[in-house]
Amino acid sequence: MSDPPIPLLAVQDLSVEFRTRAGVVHALDRVSFDVQRGETVGVVGESGSGKSVTAFALLRILDPSARISEGRAVFGGLDLVTATEHDLGLQRGRELSMIFQNPRTALNPIRPVGRQIADVLLRHGNVARAQVRRRAVELLAQVQIPDPERRYAAYPFQLSGGMCQRVMIALALACSPSLLIADEPTTGLDVTTQAAIMDLIRELAERTNMATLLITHDLALAAEQCDRIVVMHAGHVVEVAPAEALFETPRHPYTAKLVAATPHAAERLADLAAIPGGLPDLRGELPPCRYRFRCERYAPLCDGPLPRVEVLPGHMVACWKPL
Amino acid sequence: MLRLIGRRLLAAAPGLAGVIAVTFLLTRALPGDPAAFFAGPAATREAIEEIRRSLGLDKNLTVQFGLYVRDLTRGDLGKSLTTGQPVRSDLISRLPASLELTACGLLLAVAVALPLGVLAATRPGSWVDHLCRMLTTAGVSLPIFFTGLLLVYIFYFLLGWAPAPLGRLDAFISPPRSITGFFLVDAVLGGDFGEIRAILRQLALPAITLGLFAMAPIARMTRAAMLGVLSSDFIRTARASGLDRRTVLVTYAFRNAMLPVVTTLGMVFSFLLGANVLVEKVFAWPGIGSYALEALIVSDYAPVQGFILTMASLYVLLNLLIDVLYGVIDPRARIEA
Amino acid sequence: MTALLRHGRYVLGENPVTGLAFALFVLLVVLAAAGPGLVPYDPLASNTAEALKPPSRAHWFGTDQLGRDLLSRVVVATRLDLTISICAVMIAFAVGSAAGVTGGFYGGWTDRLIGRVLDTIMAFPLFVLAMGIVAALGNTVANIVYATAIINVPFYARLARSEVMVRREAGFIEAARLAGNRGPRILAMHLFPNCLPPMMVQISLNLGWAILNAAGLSFIGLGVRPPTPEWGIMVAEGAAFIVSGEWWIGLFPGAALMLAVFCFNLLGDGLRDLIDPRRRT
Repeated sequence: MSDPPIPLLAVQDLSVEFRTRAGVVHALDRVSFDVQRGETVGVVGESGSGKSVTAFALLRILDPSARISEGRAVFGGLDLVTATEHDLGLQRGRELSMIFQNPRTALNPIRPVGRQIADVLLRHGNVARAQVRRRAVELLAQVQIPDPERRYAAYPFQLSGGMCQRVMIALALACSPSLLIADEPTTGLDVTTQAAIMDLIRELAERTNMATLLITHDLALAAEQCDRIVVMHAGHVVEVAPAEALFETPRHPYTAKLVAATPHAAERLADLAAIPGGLPDLRGELPPCRYRFRCERYAPLCDGPLPRVEVLPGHMVACWKPL
Repeated sequence: MLRLIGRRLLAAAPGLAGVIAVTFLLTRALPGDPAAFFAGPAATREAIEEIRRSLGLDKNLTVQFGLYVRDLTRGDLGKSLTTGQPVRSDLISRLPASLELTACGLLLAVAVALPLGVLAATRPGSWVDHLCRMLTTAGVSLPIFFTGLLLVYIFYFLLGWAPAPLGRLDAFISPPRSITGFFLVDAVLGGDFGEIRAILRQLALPAITLGLFAMAPIARMTRAAMLGVLSSDFIRTARASGLDRRTVLVTYAFRNAMLPVVTTLGMVFSFLLGANVLVEKVFAWPGIGSYALEALIVSDYAPVQGFILTMASLYVLLNLLIDVLYGVIDPRARIEA
Repeated sequence: MTALLRHGRYVLGENPVTGLAFALFVLLVVLAAAGPGLVPYDPLASNTAEALKPPSRAHWFGTDQLGRDLLSRVVVATRLDLTISICAVMIAFAVGSAAGVTGGFYGGWTDRLIGRVLDTIMAFPLFVLAMGIVAALGNTVANIVYATAIINVPFYARLARSEVMVRREAGFIEAARLAGNRGPRILAMHLFPNCLPPMMVQISLNLGWAILNAAGLSFIGLGVRPPTPEWGIMVAEGAAFIVSGEWWIGLFPGAALMLAVFCFNLLGDGLRDLIDPRRRT
């Protein structure tokens, strides 16, 4: 047996806290997961579970009031948490890219979209100045924007939401990164456009063997698109498993509830079960398992430190009483 | 671009019309007999009657307004009693002094306030930030005439660095050869360093006074705008794309932040044009402000009327310029989506 | 109400400067009300033997060119300056918000006409317009108040109008209408009270600016006549003596002006933090 491959991204015990007027918010607590070269990993959870914070922490574009208090995130041999701003700047946009929600506000409103892509190319891409415009137009064509020559000079307000997202993808993929982080890329787009965008991302990823970290609250989307899924709850990773296994045999009570709450085409609205309770307040003292107050399976043993149980190879649960 | 300017000019027309109408009403609202005021305190009955007829004050209001507008289009702003000259030529000869002063004050304000605001926003909590906030709060609280007097006291009386506040030029030096009417420009064109220096010395304190006054709102808005922009989504994208700090700050953040700052400039100009009058009084600056004040004191109303009209027209033009500038920076304002 | 008070205590705790400004405001009001009774000398009494004396124990702020005690004059001037600015702002508030609320609620020609009038006022550099109005109406204190009021009307009108337009189609307005309330009543009882909080901020900030305006007008000789003690005119009197070094004649009234304006600005900022923290600068 050969040694397991070195992951492209290895996140270990990443912890982030925010200093606010109302106290310290422990947004992330010892988050760990891997991403292998070329694979698509989904990060799912309710709004507020810490999915986006994780992504921002990796790129170190968190709010100034945030602090990475613990942990490592090793990407291609570089620890993103302790890297200098200079080294990180070389990775961002080149080997490690990100696309955001709300594509229209995520683009500079008073700069032509083509020039925004050109800015990235000039910064990283080893493209000669004279060729930059041509390359940018090529990238626009690659993300299937019609009439890319003319659209180079367009402003975000002249484009639809779907087209803006395509521009963002072109921007992120301009230098062929090895990892793309997609933070809710289809939220706010209509269903048809959603499907088109996801297809585009998958196609481009396959072409260059690019890994994707897909952050979404839409479990169904994650099931469709991802090889493996990381389930987060209140700043904790509660389960990591291959997509099929997660859906067929979820082992964490929260995951099971999430799966049950996800609408399938065949289900009736009445059959959808809501998850009781809400996310806990992340300030102050928190129990080791942050799902404890919403969990029907709670037992005194759950007050012990949160375990990481490997129920099957490649299937991890953070629970004392997995299903 | 030309279409944009054309459209903005058309939009400014009603403003100008309003200005002309209000100025007309103001002069007709003079307490007592307007004719007597325009004739002056020393006029005889016959002189007053003549003025009344020439001003058309014996006709009804609509006709009067028509005459007023007709005179305006001919450039006739009446005659000043104190100088005996047509108000128009008085204004033309004194306007460069005011414009030069205001322009220098504004340039100074922008040159200091913009970098200060940007630095304060990028280094929150630092001494620059505190300095900026102090300047802003103090700047909007200080009466401009008081600032001027304080500067005179400190720099002229105590330190002796500045010359006496007696106008554009020391009494013993003659002005540079007049090409534009702006002393500084003429002196630079003339190439005489001694002249330039003398002019700058006189210009320094009044320009600094005006500059300090305008600095506060500009710095405040720049800081606020930069802070707002720096926390926006597209800046996050720019940083995530690895763009270098300078590009993010200048090309992405600053340009966007300039939009609300340019809008603020409208208000700043309003304050500046008013403050001009006060500064001209403190420093005995021979501009149109002091011209109007001298006339006001002796109830010579034609110059005052001309002054208000000029200032208001200037303001309309400046606002037009701001609109155009805004359109240049923000494509959303000039392109129909 | 208690929630507001609690929040108020929190804001004061965060921002001791606001507390300071409030204390200063109280001091100013006390001086305005009781000043003339508290001062050591008659502000109008001249005493040429004591003219142009620097600050001393007998005269804390020194004396002016006619031997009048400056401390007394500065304190007594508080009443006049505060009265002028408060009256001007109150008039501007009343007229402006009525106009804005009416225009915003009824829309159509009413709104357009009111808008035109406002635009015409705003087309002038405001201080210049104030000069013109005082020059036209006559050189009295009342006209200073009216002129200052007129140039401040647009701020309130715009604010009121935008607040009303936001709320015009709101549910509670429809409910009021259905309950049989007619236009003006809806305006007065329902819409207007909701617009008040941001207006309070504007009033406080405006008070500072109104004082500066009034002082500026009297500095150039409009409105207040000597020997009336008023800060602006006192600075003008002091201006002539600055170049010969008698700094106290102009400095103390100027400092008083600055303090008053500063106080109102801080108060306005504090109020804004209290009411709408999002708008902080």
